[in-house]
Amino acid sequence: MAIESIDRAAKEFVLSLQEYFLFATRAALNLFSSPIYWSDIIVQCDIIGVGSVLIVVFAGFFTGGVLAIQSSATLEQFGATAVTGQFVAMSMIRELGPVLTGIMVSGRNASSMASELGSMVVTEQIDAMRALGVDPMRKLATPRVVACTVMLFFLTIVADFCGILGGAAVTVFMNDQNGTQYFSMAYQHLHFRDILQGLAKPLFFGFIIATIGCFYGMRTTGGTQGVGQSTIKAVVFASVLIIFVDLLVSIVLVSF
Amino acid sequence: MNAPLASPVESAPEAIGPVLEFRDITVSFDGPPVLKNISFSVAPGETRILLGPAGVGKSVLLKTANGLVQPDSGTVAILGETITGLPEHKLIPMRARTGMVFQEGALFDSLTVRDNVAYQLVQERTPDEEIDERVHVALRFVGLEQTFSLFPSSLSGGMRRRVAIARALIHYPELLLYDSPTGGLDPVTSTTIIELIVKQRDVYKTPSLLVTHRLQDAFTMCTHRFDEEKNVMVPLPEGETHTSTTFLMLNEGGLIFDGSLHELVHSENEFVREFLE
Repeated sequence: MAIESIDRAAKEFVLSLQEYFLFATRAALNLFSSPIYWSDIIVQCDIIGVGSVLIVVFAGFFTGGVLAIQSSATLEQFGATAVTGQFVAMSMIRELGPVLTGIMVSGRNASSMASELGSMVVTEQIDAMRALGVDPMRKLATPRVVACTVMLFFLTIVADFCGILGGAAVTVFMNDQNGTQYFSMAYQHLHFRDILQGLAKPLFFGFIIATIGCFYGMRTTGGTQGVGQSTIKAVVFASVLIIFVDLLVSIVLVSF
Repeated sequence: MNAPLASPVESAPEAIGPVLEFRDITVSFDGPPVLKNISFSVAPGETRILLGPAGVGKSVLLKTANGLVQPDSGTVAILGETITGLPEHKLIPMRARTGMVFQEGALFDSLTVRDNVAYQLVQERTPDEEIDERVHVALRFVGLEQTFSLFPSSLSGGMRRRVAIARALIHYPELLLYDSPTGGLDPVTSTTIIELIVKQRDVYKTPSLLVTHRLQDAFTMCTHRFDEEKNVMVPLPEGETHTSTTFLMLNEGGLIFDGSLHELVHSENEFVREFLE
């Protein structure tokens, strides 16, 4: 009995994985054939990108501040508080900026995509769209995937910038250190590969957030309760996958 | 409700063969078949009413008709072209030639009535002036011109169905599919919807497949015609029925009846008799 249920669960997992990869591939390939709904892409850029700026600004600023507090306490033991700027900048740009932004945007937008598309599925709006001769993948999924991938890139830059500013605020106003030294250390020890690593990650994360959100939204079943389940799954899987892919990308990029 | 949506000549069927044909269709979803070996056809100008109790697979059959659901076996042909097994991108232009009215209307919440009705036209980049004109005509047909700028959330259930009918008609479909258009509505509103369907049938003669479990609506369609001069639905003379309106009945996934109203009421089938009683 137990083996049967494990067997069934494993098959369902593999099937879901296959369906997800097919879904994500289709969403991406739609960009290379017409029709492409540019106006929907711009609308989604506004909803996902502009709409998420505030949470990203706050998350970035406070994280930078926390990093400065924690790092300076440790660095003080070695008389190295001068490298706080370097520590904060490297941590934000290489790791925390992309991952935090990804998780914040995932919480806001993967859930919104899953619930919006899920509601459309249960009220037959997706079927109506197909019946009216419009492909929901092209009209709904592809614009969200493109917008999320592009906007997460810029949101990460905003988060990095605010994080470094947050670190500077703590360093200058709470730790009474020199602001010029902070920014100078932050800038001097930053290399191209650090920036490359920090800006490559959001491209993967943005794609993951949108494809997971749309995937779970589009396969919603079971009425309003099903919409809730899809939303939970979308946020959980997107967040876990972001951290997992962060590990993979870090392994690959650090080895270069 | 007297503005022309499309001239009868414009929407007159050109095909000589069936507009819709089911050949031995079986559909299942992770379990026993929902539809088993279903075969029937809809001829040009014909209206077929699909009867059956709730949950018997009527909506699935309707969705199979325009490829929203793919059958496990058998073939479906619309307007002479087999659609079974076609990929989604090839089905889309076929679906655009049909109109479908969903059970609850399935209007897009985020769009106004104008944008809902004009959805296909907007996708085809029809000029705004033409869109507005055609939307006004379609809404006038269903008697809801005043809802042009409203959102679906501010409409009643009956109004949503009427807007859904306008959306299905605006593109001059060659086949209409109605999924329980009067389900859950009060008798007065149901009659309004049926009157619109009868008007569409008698004025434009678009072939259609209508799903319902309400016998009263089915019989009203068979025993009434639309009087264009008086612009109302009127009863046919005593004993007469609409000859191009015929019936199908589903039970336990199988088609148990296919024929006219006369044959339906005189059927020997036990389930049909029970259903009619």
